[in-house]
Amino acid sequence: MAKRSIVPFGPQHPVLPEPIHLDLVLEDETVIEAVPSIGYVHRGLESLVTKKDFNEMVYVTERICGICSFMHGMGYCNALEKIMQVEVPRRADYLRTIWCEMSRLHSHLLWLGLLADAFGFEALFMQSWRLREKILDMFEISTGGRVIFSVNKVGGVLKDMPSDMLKSFVSILDDMEKELKETTTVFLNDFTVKSRLEGVGIITKDDAIRRGAVGPMMRASGIEVDMRKTGYAAYGDIDFEIITSTECDSLARCKVRIGEIFQSIGIIRQAAAKIPQGEISVPVKGNPDGEYFVRLEQPRGEAFYYVRANGTKFLDRMRVRTPTFANIPAMLQTLKGAQFADVPLLILTIDPCISCTER
Amino acid sequence: MEDLGSNIVKIELVELLPIIMEKKNDYWRLAQICCTFREGIYEVSYSFAKDFELVNYRLVVDKEEIVPSISRVYKAAILYENEMRELFGLKVEYMKVDYHGKLYRINEETPFLAKEEK
Amino acid sequence: MAQFMGLAKTVLRNLFSKPVTTSYPAVPREYPERTRGHIEIQIEDCIFCGLCMRSCPPGAIQVNRGTGAWTINRFDCIQCGYCVEKCPKKCLSIVPGYTAPEEKKYTTSVVKPAAEGNAGQAAAAKAPVKAEADAKAE
Repeated sequence: MAKRSIVPFGPQHPVLPEPIHLDLVLEDETVIEAVPSIGYVHRGLESLVTKKDFNEMVYVTERICGICSFMHGMGYCNALEKIMQVEVPRRADYLRTIWCEMSRLHSHLLWLGLLADAFGFEALFMQSWRLREKILDMFEISTGGRVIFSVNKVGGVLKDMPSDMLKSFVSILDDMEKELKETTTVFLNDFTVKSRLEGVGIITKDDAIRRGAVGPMMRASGIEVDMRKTGYAAYGDIDFEIITSTECDSLARCKVRIGEIFQSIGIIRQAAAKIPQGEISVPVKGNPDGEYFVRLEQPRGEAFYYVRANGTKFLDRMRVRTPTFANIPAMLQTLKGAQFADVPLLILTIDPCISCTER
Repeated sequence: MEDLGSNIVKIELVELLPIIMEKKNDYWRLAQICCTFREGIYEVSYSFAKDFELVNYRLVVDKEEIVPSISRVYKAAILYENEMRELFGLKVEYMKVDYHGKLYRINEETPFLAKEEK
Repeated sequence: MAQFMGLAKTVLRNLFSKPVTTSYPAVPREYPERTRGHIEIQIEDCIFCGLCMRSCPPGAIQVNRGTGAWTINRFDCIQCGYCVEKCPKKCLSIVPGYTAPEEKKYTTSVVKPAAEGNAGQAAAAKAPVKAEADAKAE
């Protein structure tokens, strides 16, 4: 009879970008069960709605997370615009779409770098992050900040991208595409990478639906759902396909994210070609009253925004349900029966963003 | 059941379990459960999604009422119900996996409830 | 062959080109023109309405109509730019250049020179001075 031991996988670990605690029940190097424990970066941002009025809350929601910062601000502004029945100009929709896709690009490149670091391939980690620096420079030229953009407001956007700026961005992305092809071929074809990722962390299609997985985790198990097809912002005018894979293991999730990188470059090209002229914001008067649910496709999955207002300038409740929160039960399922040395890799395949989860 | 507009349907506590079973048999997935505390009552919203549709059910309970758990049917609800019990003090019973208040490592008992009551 | 030599072309190219990193702070960084670094004020146009003070999320700005002083704590400022939007006279602007690190926090004041037609209060005639007072030590 093998002996069971409990090993704490602590909040501090070299491979984790953010602190999460798991108690692993082990039997001789195989994991039987995992018990999560979160709350290390809980800042209570949702209770700030009673102290800051609804315009200032845009700046607070942007600072929930550093990687998904633009889409948090955009989801909150979308919910308030629907409550106050404000029509955002078309040019602002296209600008928001371009910034969203650039966010997705830099987030997936960050994840690829962390994945390479998790199994020890540091050269690949440095190459991915070197490519990501070009996107951060593009953000600084257009919005003024590399990580937090402060460019969303209720009723539109604050800064414009003139057409010569858009042309230069598209040409930077064309050059980047060639280098990306070299780096991503290593992820998909290299012998050492495949031996760590193939067949590891399988979650079947039924399990993924039952446990509530979202995002690339769900699409790598063969389910074709992507919130961008509901047509918020300017996605209704742009053609793209949903990228799925049927193998259900970690290599499939890697393939889905790499496919999304090249798809994002295509979407930015289409949006830059179709963008109309016009204003970038409309003035907003009065106070909101009512409630609304908004769903967005963040790089990590489907995010839910719920805003409830009562007619004064302070909101009643704002709730952000981030994709990592929904993926945690699916992650706990993949850990059952895995080897102990694969645990850091499996935590990374859901793309954990714990500061989003705990707000 | 009563329609509150913008896809929200108000339901009573007795209607909760039949609606859950109906959604489960029709292959809807649970998107989120959200809890708000205002003016002395809890408002719990259950959101279900299938392909690209979304429906939300609103349950209104007093401070002392007990809400049955749906985690035997939808395993994804485990985290949401534990979080609601820890942060808001909502009474949920028959949970499949019960973390007994240890999911969030915080010092105060029910922080969001205390702030609203002030 | 691609399975074992995937990264070889990139490695050879990197071996014979100069590094991507710059030797900051020996080589100073050039910021693009829209970078949000710090707030500047044109004090001659300011009417001391106090809108910037009320709209600042961390509360870094203090406006004193009596003495004609506009004070900012640059270490509390989060460079969001909300005050620049709210100002009715457009005398605030956000420009590149980050605040250098220091050992103690302090505030920076800009005082408006008293001239004829200055709104209301009779402040003593002061030359425009930028005083750096050790007001807050945290």
